Amino acid sequence: MAESSAASVAHHGHPPDVTKRDMLKLVAGATAGIGVAAVAWSLIDYMNPAQDVLALSAVEVDLNPIVAGQGITVLWQGKPIFVRHRTPQEIKQAADVPLNQLIEPQPDNARVQPGHDQWIVLVGICTHLGCVPLGNKSSDPRGEWGGWFCPCHGSQYDTSGRVRHGPAPANLPVPPYAFESDTKIKIG
Amino acid sequence: MAEQHKSEFANPVINWIDTRLPIFTMMQKEYGTFPTPKNFNYFWNFGALAMVTLVIMIATGIFLAMNYQPNTELAFGSIQHIMRDVNYGWLIRYIHQNGASMFFIVTYIHIFRGLYYGSYKKPRELLWMIGVVILLIMMATAFMGYVLPWGQMSYWGATVITNLFSAFPIVGHPIVTWLWGGFSVDNPTLNRFFSLHYLLPFVLIGVVFLHVAALHIVGSNNPLGIDVKSPQDTLPFHPYYTVKDSVGVCVFLGIFAAVVFFAPNMLGDPNNFIPANPLQTPADIVPEWYFLPYYAILRSVPDKLLGVCMLFGSILILFVLPWLDTSPVRSARFRPIYRQIIWVWLLAVVVLGICGAHKPEGIWVLLSRVCTLYYFLHFLVILPLLGKLERPLPLPESISRPVIGGGGPMPSGAAAKPMEKA
Repeated sequence: MAESSAASVAHHGHPPDVTKRDMLKLVAGATAGIGVAAVAWSLIDYMNPAQDVLALSAVEVDLNPIVAGQGITVLWQGKPIFVRHRTPQEIKQAADVPLNQLIEPQPDNARVQPGHDQWIVLVGICTHLGCVPLGNKSSDPRGEWGGWFCPCHGSQYDTSGRVRHGPAPANLPVPPYAFESDTKIKIG
Repeated sequence: MAEQHKSEFANPVINWIDTRLPIFTMMQKEYGTFPTPKNFNYFWNFGALAMVTLVIMIATGIFLAMNYQPNTELAFGSIQHIMRDVNYGWLIRYIHQNGASMFFIVTYIHIFRGLYYGSYKKPRELLWMIGVVILLIMMATAFMGYVLPWGQMSYWGATVITNLFSAFPIVGHPIVTWLWGGFSVDNPTLNRFFSLHYLLPFVLIGVVFLHVAALHIVGSNNPLGIDVKSPQDTLPFHPYYTVKDSVGVCVFLGIFAAVVFFAPNMLGDPNNFIPANPLQTPADIVPEWYFLPYYAILRSVPDKLLGVCMLFGSILILFVLPWLDTSPVRSARFRPIYRQIIWVWLLAVVVLGICGAHKPEGIWVLLSRVCTLYYFLHFLVILPLLGKLERPLPLPESISRPVIGGGGPMPSGAAAKPMEKA
């Protein structure tokens, strides 16, 4: 306090120099900071998916060869997609589960397309740590709920791809897809 | 203006350089005459061994990069090319592959030395924390290096570990996409991992320099854990410890060579001889042995986010260890209870490692839960309480007294003087 009042007396009542310098430092620092942030963002975003990766085309899948009880795996955006032809018991099993028994409650009819409830299409990546669950072949282990079983950490999914046994926290996601005809879907 | 440095080297060329850039004076001070406690045992070799291993890893890595192709189509084949066609490629590659394991063995013993003799305590807290940073960078480097051969375990290890970040709410999935540069582990991921795997060892050298610089400010701890009190307690680093370190380096390189020549795939996973396949997860995903304890901690928790937090927490807790351990006595030699429970802690870590190698079923789940619980209890409950409850044994008056027996140093009043200066 004493110093600053002495300084202002010396400058004939003008505010002490220290304030002006503080302002200059602040403005210079802020300007440099904005510049650094702008450059840093370009470097950070550089590592996000490139345009060709984002533009990966959609995949068409012919459903004819898939018999009831079997599933196939196709690659879409580098991810495995499960397409499974469910048997009537499997559909009933999935539809009849009371929602309060589910880890992430979701009715079966919200996960299939109307009129095509024998087809379930899922991103085949375990929501725990990204392994590919087993269960497309009828010879694979399918877990207690008859859907998919993840060999890495023991998560189990039902015939609607909903998680029934941890450690996975969420259901297998349903990718965007549409029926082009009764025997052909387009994913993406 | 500034006073010119007067070099004391007789050789005129060295003198000319040293006068302008006193690197020779610095080396003489830090590695020649540097006063070092005279009572080191062979546990004090492992810092030097880690340094030697880092140099070996960088040297072999630079040569491997001359023939490696960081592209998903070519990576697996380029490793086979190095192993079969390139002159001595098998040797360079096996040294690098097993060197990672040797690096972790040496570093883990070095860390355990620090835990046993209390090297993390005042005034060495920052030295210890820089060491934990080194451990983290090492782990990141090793993880990314393991992805490069693009075998099944490379691919699925990368998938599982990068997916750890998806556990964090909201920011999790965007972070994973950002890490991958796509929607799965793929070519952009392999490219950036190669780039970073090449970069990080040089970052490591910088941080190791800070580690050594901090060590040379506060001085080395020693098996008694008491401060250096007089020049009688020390020896010049050269020739005493250069020679002692050389003995250790010879033994270490002997063991290293035996592994490289006679059992180069002992610690590898057979699945990594299969090229990466994004459509098929191997029946059992297991990380390299040096990550098994952390993997067991991750799997012991049924909740994804909590498991990931405990995995990271198990290492980050080392940062605050200097403040969790409340005992003023450093060396376990004078802490009758700590001397026993530190082995229980080590046993828990080893058992966790064994659990990590087994499928999470039956007894292994229970064992890994018990050991995870003990791991955290040790740091969070036992160490803070033990410092207050334990009755330490009487500390020796100085380092030289137990070494030269009855001869004893000066009276304590005189001994205190040089310490004040330091």
